[in-house]
Amino acid sequence: MSIILEMRGISKSFPGVKALRDVNLAVQRGEIHAICGENGAGKSTLMKVLSGVYPHGTYEGEIVYEGEERRFARIADSEHLGIIIIHQELALVPLLSIAENIFLGNETANSFGVINWGEAFGRTRDLLAKVGLKESPNALITNLGIGKQQLVEIAKALAKKVKLLILDEPTASLNETDSAALLKLLVGFKDQGITSIIISHKLNEIAQISDSITILRDGATVETIDCRSEPINENRIVKSMVGREMSDRYPPRAVQIGAPLFEIRDWRVDHPLHAGREVIKGINLNVSRGEVVGIAGLMGSGRTELAMSVFGRAYGRNVRGEALLDGKPVDLSSIQKAIRSGLAYVTEDRKSLGLVLSEDIKNNITLANLPGIARRGVIDDHAETRVALRYRELLNIRSSGIFQKTINLSGGNQQKVVLSKWLFAGPQVLMLDEPTRGIDVGAKYEIYSIINQLAAEGKGVIVISSEMPELLGICDRIYVMNEGRFVDEMPAAGATQEKIMASIMRQYGVAA
Amino acid sequence: MSQSSGSNVAANNAGVWRAHLRDYGMLASLLLIMGFFEVVTGGVLLDPVNITNLILQNSYIVIMALGMLLVIVGGNIDLSVGSIVGFVGAIAASLMVYQKIPYVPVILLSLVLGGVIGAAQGYFVAYAKIPAFIVTLAGMLIFRGLTGNLLLGQFVGPFAKGFQSISAGFIPDFRDFGLFVAADGEDQFYWLTMLIGIIGAALLVFVSARKRMRDAAASMDLEPSALFIGKNIIFAVLVLGGTYLLAWRKGLPNVLVIMGALVLLYTFITTRTTIGRRVYAMGGNRLAAELSGVRVERLTFLTFVNMGVLAGLAGLIVAARLNSATPSAGNSFELDVIAACFIGGVSASGGVGKVMGVVIGAFFMGVMNNGMSILGIGIFWQQVVKGIVLLAAVYVDLSQKSKR
Repeated sequence: MSIILEMRGISKSFPGVKALRDVNLAVQRGEIHAICGENGAGKSTLMKVLSGVYPHGTYEGEIVYEGEERRFARIADSEHLGIIIIHQELALVPLLSIAENIFLGNETANSFGVINWGEAFGRTRDLLAKVGLKESPNALITNLGIGKQQLVEIAKALAKKVKLLILDEPTASLNETDSAALLKLLVGFKDQGITSIIISHKLNEIAQISDSITILRDGATVETIDCRSEPINENRIVKSMVGREMSDRYPPRAVQIGAPLFEIRDWRVDHPLHAGREVIKGINLNVSRGEVVGIAGLMGSGRTELAMSVFGRAYGRNVRGEALLDGKPVDLSSIQKAIRSGLAYVTEDRKSLGLVLSEDIKNNITLANLPGIARRGVIDDHAETRVALRYRELLNIRSSGIFQKTINLSGGNQQKVVLSKWLFAGPQVLMLDEPTRGIDVGAKYEIYSIINQLAAEGKGVIVISSEMPELLGICDRIYVMNEGRFVDEMPAAGATQEKIMASIMRQYGVAA
Repeated sequence: MSQSSGSNVAANNAGVWRAHLRDYGMLASLLLIMGFFEVVTGGVLLDPVNITNLILQNSYIVIMALGMLLVIVGGNIDLSVGSIVGFVGAIAASLMVYQKIPYVPVILLSLVLGGVIGAAQGYFVAYAKIPAFIVTLAGMLIFRGLTGNLLLGQFVGPFAKGFQSISAGFIPDFRDFGLFVAADGEDQFYWLTMLIGIIGAALLVFVSARKRMRDAAASMDLEPSALFIGKNIIFAVLVLGGTYLLAWRKGLPNVLVIMGALVLLYTFITTRTTIGRRVYAMGGNRLAAELSGVRVERLTFLTFVNMGVLAGLAGLIVAARLNSATPSAGNSFELDVIAACFIGGVSASGGVGKVMGVVIGAFFMGVMNNGMSILGIGIFWQQVVKGIVLLAAVYVDLSQKSKR
């Protein structure tokens, strides 16, 4: 087995931060090589150095690829040699077709720039077959689910004759089924001589498919584990990532469930564009003071739509049903009313829905409760600063200060800013949608602790998550959702992933 | 450990410097270009008569730029302001000249009219969700056309002295009360203007020093003290120098007082009020703001109403200055106003921009207009130069940002 890629002594600095220090990475040809580390450990930076996003000369160290030292000046240089990176945020054009996206910038055109669509469609069909996607090359990206879009990205990489495929958090937004299919595809690529580098926080997947694992911590290499010579499990990786043993990934909590707090009855919502098409079909949900309730379900089962429709009708039309707070009917007809009644909704997509990235930490934290730091519409600077400093300390937001722009924060810290915003709004009922997506083990633990704290204060917490172990670890009770309905409800004690999957599958008439 | 934290502090300081230099870089370039034109025009630019002119010519651009700032920061654009200037001016002139209505109610009516026009456009942008570019392009055509129809190609005027004094008037001085009157043959020096300048400069320094001390007490981030002192000296010198020059002319123009008050008001609104904060959040990320309880539709609507009122005010000032309403009044003002915003560092995609920047941007354009006119450069070459400066300013701004 030969080495396809070696990165030696890579160091990279940004103003005020040393992102990478003397990192070494050696990748064997035809293996799946995982890179693990907490948020801010330097994984993405390392991959940007490799792919030429940070051109040669902006970093120290050398890159040896296919036996030669390479000095990439731009992404095109690395792509030319078969190094393709697929970012966490997919780079597809929503209103173009699959075929158009696959050959975007790489068109099957003659020298006059006229595209040969016949060839493009033919090759697209072959590529889609290779990645196991049964869609017409004509289908628009916007009509595909996120899992299928991920496959289109991979097909696009294959079209560029990929030799080294880099995937940044490829399964972060996929459900279990799609994740499994994707991982199987990567394993299959090994036989075709395609090497993969995968960055992921899902350690169970890493442990399952990797041949080697390089672990980064604080911008430096900790070690490279050869999974072929030693048995590997999640705890082994976690220990190396955080530099200590993490015996329990979920903080302990003294459960104390009080009086019923919030309830919705026969909640029905129509699709925002197609009136009459029900998306949420008669949901009954309740949460008591001090209780953490989970909603499990596959991507597209309607969990986000449910939460957003409850939160001031932020989703859908013809929202019908009863909402009760403390046993009394409550008016949730606008977002302002929902917030004033004591609801908070932490969105699934913190960058596009949760934060104003052009603003600093302070302004984001106070946004949902400006009257709380203002008198007659005039903001008290110092009160605001005190609030921001308090939450920065309370939630341990790692930043240079409260005046740092949120765009420059890591995912986990961004999520803490969003949480701070809603904590400052002083809600009774918190709906958290995928609160730990794409953030590292340490930050996850901190967020679980915050959830516990909220429950201990007598608030009601509703957690939507695609990670079943997470729901099992932090919730008291779990609703299982499928196709706009709750198909099951179970206490978390005694529930298992298999049991949840079984209730989802029962819907489809599949014996689990 | 101590080493790394030391370098972090240094890097942070460098960051603070850079952030502030970006702010004051604009001011520096304004001073630079003023210096340049002062030299090449042989001292005409800073002549008291010309200073007064410069202020009169730019006041309405500055006033509209304040409204445009909020519109653009909120994520929209308004192309109709030039036509609103013409239309409101024409209505006001017709009411005063043909209907003989006194100017005070006409002024109030004109401001309301501006607000109503803004509200109409704001409705289509905010609630009917038609892109602002389209709505205000339509408004630009409609109100320019209505102005033409109303005036039928004629100049309507002149106006009462009181109305003219909005633009042409100056604040009363001691002289009007028989104090400090210059002897015959001597130039009159307007002492009250100078006094206001001295008090203004002192207040400026006092307020910013007090804020700095309070911020320090609350352990907020402070700009480096060298920058703070330098900045205050520059501002104080500008205020004192400006009022000194004006005091040798006829004192403070009324329109400068109006403009100054509005600049202070909008600085306060954008930096200290919840509504200002919400406009910035809305422009930065509309969806996130909406999900945080910001009523984005109403807020968008209000930014347009506000723009309309300010455009109406500008229409009155322009009419008063020309002492008549003309079919072409306000022509292409929208371009100067929008250019002032972008030169002043407002982001075209919304969410970013400061009042001070916009004021400097407007005066940057104004000094260039004025300086080139004094030099006798043709109107078409002036446009070429202004276009290049707009492009260059935004280019420099963006390339500095991406360097970070």
